[in-house]
Amino acid sequence: MTIQEFPMARAAGCPFDPPPALHELQREAPLTRVRLANGTTPWLVTRYAEQRALLSDPRISADVRHPGFPAGASVDRHRVSIGFVLMDDPEHSRLRRTVTAPFAVKRVEAMRPLVQSIVDGLIDEMLDGPRPVDLVQAFALPVPSLVICELLGVPYTDHDFFQDNSKHLVNRNASPAERREAFQIFNAYLDDLIGAKTAAPTDDLLSQLAARIEAGELARAEAAGIATLLLIAGHETTANMIALGTLALLENPDQLTLLRETDDPKLIAGAVNELLRYLNIPHGGRRRVALADIEIAGELIRAGEGIIMANDIGNRDPSVFTDPDTLDLTRDARGHLAFGFGAHQCLGQPLARMELQVVYGTLYRRIPSLRLATSIDRIPFKHDGSVYGVYELPVTW
Amino acid sequence: MKIQLDQEKCVVSGQCLLAAPEVFDQRDEDGIAFLLTESPGADTVAEVRHAAAVCPVLAITLED
Ligand code: HEM
Ligand code: SF4
Repeated sequence: MTIQEFPMARAAGCPFDPPPALHELQREAPLTRVRLANGTTPWLVTRYAEQRALLSDPRISADVRHPGFPAGASVDRHRVSIGFVLMDDPEHSRLRRTVTAPFAVKRVEAMRPLVQSIVDGLIDEMLDGPRPVDLVQAFALPVPSLVICELLGVPYTDHDFFQDNSKHLVNRNASPAERREAFQIFNAYLDDLIGAKTAAPTDDLLSQLAARIEAGELARAEAAGIATLLLIAGHETTANMIALGTLALLENPDQLTLLRETDDPKLIAGAVNELLRYLNIPHGGRRRVALADIEIAGELIRAGEGIIMANDIGNRDPSVFTDPDTLDLTRDARGHLAFGFGAHQCLGQPLARMELQVVYGTLYRRIPSLRLATSIDRIPFKHDGSVYGVYELPVTW
Repeated sequence: MKIQLDQEKCVVSGQCLLAAPEVFDQRDEDGIAFLLTESPGADTVAEVRHAAAVCPVLAITLED
């Protein structure tokens, strides 16, 4: 049997569905070998149960420096040194636990009025401005950017700098060097700000990190790395869910109507989970390397071999979700894997969910005639990035 | 039913609290989950099972 190349291409005209080749591989077996651009042949896990089992197995490692790690174009090696996302326990847990408090469900809930006012303010500006407008620049990117500013404690006077620099991080035309520079500018900026908060603490996450440095629990570079990780991890992901989610709803008008006509928080929360499941924007797969031999589903993954969990196809596993290729906002999609699974499962998920609840619960009610200002075949999709989405979404009303 | 929660494993995903808020809560200082009751009432059994199923680090175990 020939080994297929990974990642695979989506089918033309099906921008919301995983590549057809993934569907076929999933039908054939829970896991199989694939070939990466660098010639290596890691395991690709396509079924839901095996993805969950492996992601919660302590015998796998997220350490990108391991020789067997299945790095691809979508693994940004310059991010290696930041935060804890590419570390294993106990180091991972030690660092992650320094910033878990503000992500507790009730703490996040307390930020809802603030997020609502950010969302309302941006919609006011859109309604007062010219049409058509690019929803990505006018709305989808500023929402998470302003929210993370509040969470970290970025002074109001720096918000413009913050948003401008964020745009370089996600700009399609930026070279890898330019993106790296934008990233380093943030890292240096956050490092300085942590210094300032050490001298004059305020009530925010950066001040808490500063206090931990003072207490000898964190090195300054570790603290700046964690702050940068929070910024990067929550930015493009949330923005893409807003823009791509809106496009998916515009293409499924009956589902959009459900959202436009409800103020039931349960329905809206369910809709957010279903859109996360259906779109599964981190489409490069969760990447790991086996630290020991692991027997699973009749196969033997040997110590040192790479493993890629393709959660986009896992979320379309028909043994878990009936009629999985249909967007159905009323289904129970809570078990989806769009935030990953295991010790690295998204730390920002309560915040991301709340932001998306506010956005999906507000945007289409306040602009009921929102529609595409172009045809869908002209929308540029992020096929290349590690996070799927749209570069632009021209809309009008 | 009796519930056990391994706080060493907890990664503060918040999933248990979302699934069964009458049974799970999170500590103020670090968001680590804790139990409000070890023996939930019959009316919350389904929610608790769901919480155990979605916990990303399998920190919640149930005994019948
Ligand atoms: C809808 C938006 C989001 C999606 C789809 C998403 C998805 C993910 C996924 C799949 C992972 C797991 C990475 C892995 O296992 O290798 C992850 C990790 C992470 N996310 Fe998110 N995320 C989102 C929003 C956010 C937000 C808003 C924040 C914070 C403000 C955030 C912070 C993090 C952090 C810190 C990690 C690393 C956790 C660890 O390694 O322990 N994310 N995210
Ligand atoms: S679901 Fe598991 S990891 Fe998440 S908060 Fe509860 S116990 Fe912790």
